[in-house]
Amino acid sequence: MKKPLKGVSYAKWGYIFSIPFILIFLIFSLYPTIYTAVLGFTDCVGLNNSEWHFLDEPFANFDSVIHNKSFTTSLRNTVVIWMMNFIPQITIALLLTAWFTSHHNEIKGKGFFKVVFYMPNIITAASVAILFNALFSYPVGPVNDLLVSWGIRDESYNFFVNGFASKCIVAFIQFLTWYGNTMIVLISGVLGISPDIYEAAEIDGANGIQTFFKITIPNLKTVLLYTLITSLVGGLNMYDIPKLFLNGGPDNATLTTSVFIYNQAFSGSYLFNRAAAASMIMFAIIAVCSAVLFYVMRDKDEAKLQKEMRRAKHDAKIKGGMR
Amino acid sequence: MAAVANKKASSVIFKATAYIFCILLTVISLLPFVIMIINATRSTTQIQQHAISFVPSTFLKSNFDVLTGKSFDPFKGFLNSLIISTFSTICTVYFSTMTAYALTAYSWKLKKPFFTLIMCILMIPAQVTSIGFYQFMYKIGMTNNFLALILPAIASPTTVFFMRQYMIPSLPMEILQSARIDGAGEFRIFNQIVLPMMKPAMATQAIFAFVTSWNSLFLPQILLIDNDKHTLPIMVSQLNGDIYRTEFGAIYLGLLLTVLPVLVIYFLLSKHIIAGVALGGVKG
Repeated sequence: MKKPLKGVSYAKWGYIFSIPFILIFLIFSLYPTIYTAVLGFTDCVGLNNSEWHFLDEPFANFDSVIHNKSFTTSLRNTVVIWMMNFIPQITIALLLTAWFTSHHNEIKGKGFFKVVFYMPNIITAASVAILFNALFSYPVGPVNDLLVSWGIRDESYNFFVNGFASKCIVAFIQFLTWYGNTMIVLISGVLGISPDIYEAAEIDGANGIQTFFKITIPNLKTVLLYTLITSLVGGLNMYDIPKLFLNGGPDNATLTTSVFIYNQAFSGSYLFNRAAAASMIMFAIIAVCSAVLFYVMRDKDEAKLQKEMRRAKHDAKIKGGMR
Repeated sequence: MAAVANKKASSVIFKATAYIFCILLTVISLLPFVIMIINATRSTTQIQQHAISFVPSTFLKSNFDVLTGKSFDPFKGFLNSLIISTFSTICTVYFSTMTAYALTAYSWKLKKPFFTLIMCILMIPAQVTSIGFYQFMYKIGMTNNFLALILPAIASPTTVFFMRQYMIPSLPMEILQSARIDGAGEFRIFNQIVLPMMKPAMATQAIFAFVTSWNSLFLPQILLIDNDKHTLPIMVSQLNGDIYRTEFGAIYLGLLLTVLPVLVIYFLLSKHIIAGVALGGVKG
């Protein structure tokens, strides 16, 4: 931190420059959040409804959402699809990170591979979902074409009626769009580790695998946790891909919580109160995840400094006691 | 001698494995998009006979006619997406830099609580507050209004966070002080001294803000109901509907048109984009 200027006080400018952010945050973020929370306790149903009332039983909406089979299915789907995507994603990203940062074996074309692996992440998710719908289409589609012409199957397979296959495809799309991103974050984490440690390991005769597990992974803990939590929150909000790939089907197999909320509110019955209650449940889950991340990412140096101060005080006390 | 040869052999095996794996991933990552580009030029009949081909055909024009013949207006969608993305990018970058400046250059009583607040709202996604947001916008008559998507961009906690991270080590207080001695006002210092110094970070954040806004579907989909307000991702979502059910050529072309701007941006700026991701794991 820089030292504040002495003399004239410029403190008010700190407030002035923060006004646009605070104003817009209050109007477009905080107010809608509170509004959503309030709607969760009302009978606000139907389009253009401005005359809603609070329910006699305040938690009726929450109760009916929690006991709604579709909602519990969507929660389970969200977690299952997220895990099916995250486990291969982090494994492959770690493997690529180990290869691309290896000191023993320099891999050529790293720049090219990074550009290619990251590319799916930047392409409109909505388009990717529709593209995969076209690729896996039945009875004729590129994937079925390959399966038949390579002799893996005798005839086309309809992926879209099989819930598990559909889940796998959604997880695969999610994997494809995020593994490059995760890899780049992890590589930058590894490059942030002091080269002295690696040098020392090399002098001690550690091989590539030992270096990776004994030095890289432990030093990457914070970055890994960051990746885990951002991915978890992102996964909980998965909307574009499951919505456009099969609109949650077949038989709710790819229904995620975000798609559930959208469908409750905007398709058919306009159950804004139920959607708001479901949103608040999601909000609580995400808040817990963020709290963990916040704790992990807090200002490390400051925490360390405070710890040292405490220890110094403690030491002084002991010394004082000895005297 | 034997040990050296052994080491060399294992190194060759290691490299072979790594390269094969990377090439495999390259194929998996690129193939869907290659198929999309090639099939955009092929007729629906050709696609139905052989869905995969690496030879472009000559039906681009007729696919385009089929596509635009049925309510799909890529130019309108392009224009709408461009307006929203451009203005929200300007808002995000300018005001986030300003907020980061307030958090870096001045010491004020509520600075710490304010930063804590930004950290707390960093992870809250638009989806969970969308119901209240929609109802609020509906009440004040701002559905079908681009401002409902542009103005919220002014308060972008992720961008503020990264601008602050960049600013703390790279903003020399001495320059600000000498500008003050020369009689420059605080707003002038920010606009004429601080902004130019922050250009590299602002450019990176601008790319991400633009792409995120360009790709976003959820909020535009619930707010923009009129057909001629639709953005490209909303139009894409209609390609799955009944009107294009069997027109595969047109669907591939529609997809290609929607991702083309992003692909162009990516291949022009991939170096900066990857450096930006490395800087702090921006999740779009």
